[in-house]
Amino acid sequence: MRIGVALIHGFFAPVGMRFFLRQIIYNRGVVKVIYDAAIIGAGVVGALTARELSRYDIRICVLEAASDAATGSSKANSGIVHAGYDAMPGTLKALLNVRGNGLFGEVTKELGVPFKRIGSLVLAFSEEGMETVRKLYSRGLDNGVPDMKILNSGDEVLKMEPNISAKVVGALHAPSAGITNPYELTYAGLENAVANGTELITGARVIGISYDGYGGHDVNSGHDECGDCGVYHGNHGYIGAGGYDGAGGVFTINTARGPIWSRFVINAAGIYSDKLSEMIGDDHFSIRPRKGEYLLLDKEQGHQVHSVIFQTPAALGKGILVTPTADGNLLIGPSAGDIEDREDLSTTASGMENVTDGALKSVPGINLRQVVTSFAGLRTVPSTGDFIIGPSMKNRRFINAAGIDSPGLTSAPAIALYIRDILKVEGLELVPKKFFDPVRKPIARFSDATDEEREALIRDNHLYGNVVCRCELVTEAEIVEAIRRPAGAKSVDAVKRRTRSGMGRCQGGFCTPRIAEIISRECGIPMQEVRKNEGGSILLTGKTKGVQ
Amino acid sequence: MREVELAIIGGGPGGLAAAIEAYRNGVRKIVLLERDRSLGGILKQCVHSGFGLQLFGEELTGPEYAERFTKQVMELGIDIKLETMVIGITSDKLVSAVNSAEGLISFKARALILAMGCRERPRGALNIPGTRPAGIYTAGTAQRFVNMEGYMPGKKVVILGSGDIGLIMARRMTLEGAEVKMVCELMPYSGGLKRNIMQCLEDFGIPLRLSHTVVEIHGRERLEGVTVAEVDKSGRPVPGTNEYVECDTLLLSVGLIPENELSKMASIELDPATSGPFVDEACQTSAEGIFACGNVVYVHDLVDYVTQEGYLAGKSAAEYLSRKAGDGPEGGLGAESGAESRAESGAGSGAVSGAESGAGLGEKIPEVLKIHAGYGVRCIIPQFVRRSCKNDVSLFFRVAGNYRDVVLEARAGGRAVCSVRKKVVSPGEMESIRLKSEIIRSINSEVLEIGIRTLGDKEAKETKGEI
Repeated sequence: MRIGVALIHGFFAPVGMRFFLRQIIYNRGVVKVIYDAAIIGAGVVGALTARELSRYDIRICVLEAASDAATGSSKANSGIVHAGYDAMPGTLKALLNVRGNGLFGEVTKELGVPFKRIGSLVLAFSEEGMETVRKLYSRGLDNGVPDMKILNSGDEVLKMEPNISAKVVGALHAPSAGITNPYELTYAGLENAVANGTELITGARVIGISYDGYGGHDVNSGHDECGDCGVYHGNHGYIGAGGYDGAGGVFTINTARGPIWSRFVINAAGIYSDKLSEMIGDDHFSIRPRKGEYLLLDKEQGHQVHSVIFQTPAALGKGILVTPTADGNLLIGPSAGDIEDREDLSTTASGMENVTDGALKSVPGINLRQVVTSFAGLRTVPSTGDFIIGPSMKNRRFINAAGIDSPGLTSAPAIALYIRDILKVEGLELVPKKFFDPVRKPIARFSDATDEEREALIRDNHLYGNVVCRCELVTEAEIVEAIRRPAGAKSVDAVKRRTRSGMGRCQGGFCTPRIAEIISRECGIPMQEVRKNEGGSILLTGKTKGVQ
Repeated sequence: MREVELAIIGGGPGGLAAAIEAYRNGVRKIVLLERDRSLGGILKQCVHSGFGLQLFGEELTGPEYAERFTKQVMELGIDIKLETMVIGITSDKLVSAVNSAEGLISFKARALILAMGCRERPRGALNIPGTRPAGIYTAGTAQRFVNMEGYMPGKKVVILGSGDIGLIMARRMTLEGAEVKMVCELMPYSGGLKRNIMQCLEDFGIPLRLSHTVVEIHGRERLEGVTVAEVDKSGRPVPGTNEYVECDTLLLSVGLIPENELSKMASIELDPATSGPFVDEACQTSAEGIFACGNVVYVHDLVDYVTQEGYLAGKSAAEYLSRKAGDGPEGGLGAESGAESRAESGAGSGAVSGAESGAGLGEKIPEVLKIHAGYGVRCIIPQFVRRSCKNDVSLFFRVAGNYRDVVLEARAGGRAVCSVRKKVVSPGEMESIRLKSEIIRSINSEVLEIGIRTLGDKEAKETKGEI
């Protein structure tokens, strides 16, 4: 009898026996696992949704096309926790932004992820700009953004941020804005979900979805929803008419790793969420990739500003921002350009010029010679202009969490709760687990530790005494743990995102060979198979003549 | 906390020579801290020959050269700590380090020698547009993979930057069966040694494209190609010169940066021109009793010079320690230089610097003579010379461009005190002027300016691409 990989993993999950028996059916002699919910996409939305659902006594899997989580938009964005004055009142963006912002403190505390509520400033350089500032202020009030203040003179702004251009005439100050590390939040959410029984299946690109609806039901049963987009509007969470008996069919999700069966599907496929939706015949929305290019500067530039500095918004986005990162670097960007190719993460000379021009307008003293790296990310811009979160009109058990562009990161904790509520209404029985542990401990960072803590770390694990990445002071112990953790790293970039190794000023010049060696050892693969990130990104093409 | 007389940070050629010379001059309680698994620094991955010509009159490989010094250091019984990363130093010479065997360790040293070397400039610092695939390495990383780990980083190679490591790697990759398509150099001249251009490129028929750079990187997972373009005088790509070159590997040899993160922790003053600490003729930094040698001070052309500087630093530290044992405190560089008003350095050749007027007012001439870069000179080591120094002092400097038929001059108060005629000078090779100690004592201006003067007083011409 062949047993699915997912099932074997399942044995280690803290699930009850009753539950188990319910989930296994025999089909021509093959054990088939039917998940209650399959989350497609291990970005920040998928990860936090998985974590939220892992509180309940249901069987969940997360399917990820790439070999690691957080490789799409969740990897390359501004890392800003927005206050919530940008979105138009009444939209899902407005609702979930402010709600998500409010949840961020607790979520990041439980998950051990950096989060600093450093506040934001929207700078105005003219009376016209001040007009926008006032507009944002009143929008913020409508959206429920707390403690905002309009600074009516340049001096007031400069008192807060002395390095800002003297041309500033005023600003909107929103103290509830903050910064976080978007991919660390994703990993943390997933790790916690996995620790609570969720199964993560990487390399599982979805090829097709079919639905066996033997429990079939009417999909249009008079919910309180917007006729255009199928989104539920309202200020108190998801409201649905309910009325299902909980029975229903099963999705067969064909993936690059084989078929997966699930009663519910959550589409958190990011830039491909429209393509996934089309697989069940729902093409009511489309996603347009909008590229944003960034420059990351050395930590020596990290003190240029102490809050998130925006300019008044432009047509395609919030304009070029200047912000310290959660790790202490300075980040400037993003540019904004609509593109066709959903895999195009290339930077361009014009995009980078756009970023530097914009950043210098806000903070003229930025030393561009201290640029450490540049990168691009894609915003998943929805055709509807708002987040698309809700059951599909084609099949109510297919829940979209699509078109999550900015403020998607901020909203993610609220989106997770929103999806949970939708699932409940759509008939998924959610009984809280007895053993849910909300806490995920971060990998203890040698560089952040005090001397006493460092001594203790080395005493417990001597690998904490081996500094591998000199610039960021990352030790072998941290790298090994990043690999061994649930939802662990398998590539050099995956290790880098979890530990900061290679993110410093030498950009991996010294540590790449050492990290490759550790991955090779820990994963039991030859050096020639160690990858930078995905598929063909091997580091080395072979052995030298002498050692062949 | 362990007390030592001398702590040396870095076990490359600079640190090794410093340790040996300090020992020879009577220092016994020395600790040498090295972050790698063995001593020798970057020499270990430099398996090519050409090391030691100046010092030993022999062509040694990097590991052979290193071996001569590591052996001595071992024989002298100097305390060596390998795989030990120094994580902090203070201006009063407190050194904290970590290793897996002992955990956190700290030393209270009476003198300190910084010999941390340098690192390579990465791609990020260049901001080349395009994708971020695998297959882009600094030349030194590739060198480590090939020479120490036994792996090939790729098969079809483009090298950006004609620094020495890039040139050496062009040959090394070719010998290992890779196809090196070209070496692109942004400048109209190479920053590498002449002999390396001949032996590593010309002998293998590898084209050197001067005034060319990589303007775009292609390939999503692994590098698939680069677009190269010609650049104008200001380094901007010339439209219409784009050329796609298929390759799976891009090696970067675009400059070395002295590693001074620790120096900054100790508030040691750094020279923006070298990115290394300001030093005097005895290798002392702005912090009293903290010396620096090798590529942490500035990037040397030859390891032989690093060794010589290491010897000097070791000897100076020993002298400092014996002086300290004898009498009271003395100031570091900063102690005297801080109070002086900074003299304007003349921009053009023959310009009278502000230093002259400053010195002519009958004020007490400071003990420290400042060395400034004049016309055609990019940076100088040392930046300060004590007038009381007993020995002759060699000033090393890098010129700003290629020049022919020039005189290298040291001028004080508008008057040349020392000059050397040169047929050709180029930024790829360090120049030097040796100042006799009696000349140094005779200078009564605050500043000594080093500049180049073209013969016949003609405007210096930059010769494009030729050497």
